[in-house]
Amino acid sequence: MSAAKQGGRGAAPSPVVNIALSKGRIIEEGLPLLARAGITPSEDPARSRKLILDTNLPDVKLTIIRAADVPTYVRFGAADLGVAGKDVLMEYEGDGLYELMDLGIARCRLMVAEPAGLAARDDPKSWTRVRVATKYVNISRRHFAAKGIQTDIIKLYGSMELAPLVGLSERIVDLVSTGNTLKANGLVEVEHVADISAWLVANKAAMKMKRDAVKAVVDRIAAALG
Amino acid sequence: MSSLDRWLLPEGIEETLPEEARRLERLRRRLLDEFTGWGYELVMPPLIEYLDSLLTGTGSDLDLQTFKLTDQLTGRLMGIRPDMTPQTARIDAHYLKRSAPVRLCYAGSVLHTRPDEFGGSREPLQIGAELFGHQGAESDAEVLSLMVRTLDLVGIIAPHLDLGHVGVFRGLARAVGLQAETEADVFGALQRKARGEVLALLARAGVSAKDSGQIAALLDLSGGAEVLTMAQTRYSANAAVLRALDDLGAVARLVSAQPGMPALHFDLAELSGYQYYTGIVFSAYVSGHGWAIAKGGRYDGVGRAFGRERAATGFGADLRQLLRYCSDCGDTLGGILAPVGEDAALREEVARLRATGERVVCELPGASAVPAELSCDRRLVRQGSSWVIQKI
Repeated sequence: MSAAKQGGRGAAPSPVVNIALSKGRIIEEGLPLLARAGITPSEDPARSRKLILDTNLPDVKLTIIRAADVPTYVRFGAADLGVAGKDVLMEYEGDGLYELMDLGIARCRLMVAEPAGLAARDDPKSWTRVRVATKYVNISRRHFAAKGIQTDIIKLYGSMELAPLVGLSERIVDLVSTGNTLKANGLVEVEHVADISAWLVANKAAMKMKRDAVKAVVDRIAAALG
Repeated sequence: MSSLDRWLLPEGIEETLPEEARRLERLRRRLLDEFTGWGYELVMPPLIEYLDSLLTGTGSDLDLQTFKLTDQLTGRLMGIRPDMTPQTARIDAHYLKRSAPVRLCYAGSVLHTRPDEFGGSREPLQIGAELFGHQGAESDAEVLSLMVRTLDLVGIIAPHLDLGHVGVFRGLARAVGLQAETEADVFGALQRKARGEVLALLARAGVSAKDSGQIAALLDLSGGAEVLTMAQTRYSANAAVLRALDDLGAVARLVSAQPGMPALHFDLAELSGYQYYTGIVFSAYVSGHGWAIAKGGRYDGVGRAFGRERAATGFGADLRQLLRYCSDCGDTLGGILAPVGEDAALREEVARLRATGERVVCELPGASAVPAELSCDRRLVRQGSSWVIQKI
């Protein structure tokens, strides 16, 4: 828990605000946003192997972690703020996070997709029981349950597009950005589950106990969003 | 189950080993003694009871948290207590039937079907105090002060105290005529401080932009005492909200007037336990703990289901969580190792030492006792006809 210890836990006069970011699209699109907010890391996160980076502001640090871990870090107070995709937040079972604002970055859609051949003669309205492969077990279960559809869910950690090709499941629930991966694997989108973008989340206790320091960072980001 | 994992405990269930048990017990006694000093009488509600009485007026969250089983004698459903507060409310309403305010306190294990916080325990050791039969700022202030005193006794000197009042949001929701379902959704979004979602939900429910703005403004109403003044100006047209704010202000004044009170903070959008509480709600945070370490509030009317409507206010905490912040709960255990024998003088000496409060451990024959393992730092040895203590 080195991140936790460095997360400004003491009652220092100017507490450190730790922002959790995940590698990939969030950090690629998040860093320009942070730069507009006047926060730049002192090292290039793409090159550095450090997991906690200093920034140009002495009391702001960036923690680089896996996307699915962001809610956990923020929930537990190991990071005060975090940038997490709405997909990760919807999938995260616990509550108790503040979802402060939609940052409008890393936009994509969460969709149900199936092979083009099946889609040609398939009507989502007629579904009663579906077998889906997905990384988003909770979201999928909720989505189909709300429509009165039973689900057999196969949890996968990646390459969902493969599942229908090898007969693991007929359908998948996955993020779609350009749709190229789906197309390359002969799949088409058949149903919209949710629009996804990255959100700024905050730890409740940090929002209370380090209010001024956290609010200063949040206000900077809000101003950068315009 | 192989012999290798036979020692495994269920997830979220823990064992308290001697050293921690000693610390835990010391803290438990210290806190219960303090509660007694404030006039709170100790009660020991049962571990298990019929589900109907266990879950009365507590909302669905607690229902999900309750382990259930069927009573073989009556066929009725029973639950293992997930919270002792409703039990004390029942004791007050049904058994005591006193007309004067009743102060009760308790400490005991409760069981949850799921861990509360991630990696958390499913068997918290709940300790708390409840005050029944008084409606007004004075009783809320007393309970809040006792909570601060409790944290003080643990060794948490400057907790962050957060106060809110469910009457504020409730008043606003009633004023715009929100349906119960929408109200719950908006409440959820407020808890996450998801402003966009609050506004979207209200717009969908057909609430005007002006009224939605008033509700969403709750999200900005957090901070010091100035928050109350700001809220009074903003919601001057809503009598119910103003009453709630007055109530909150009165409690804050009473509490702040006491010496050594940490600063109070207000957050009018923070309403954990909204289904359950009816008035002021408060929670305490400590640095390094991602969620509240103790919380409480007013929950009038819980006794209604037990035949007597009573005003009620109280607070509770998990003793195990508190123990993590206790620096002076430990002690070094000393003791005297004594041989076993039929010698009358030896027996007399052992009894005398024990009567003076010494810890005397008998060294059983055949077992080569390691004094350190028995936490003994001295030994009783014979010198001539008498027995004397020697340092090891």
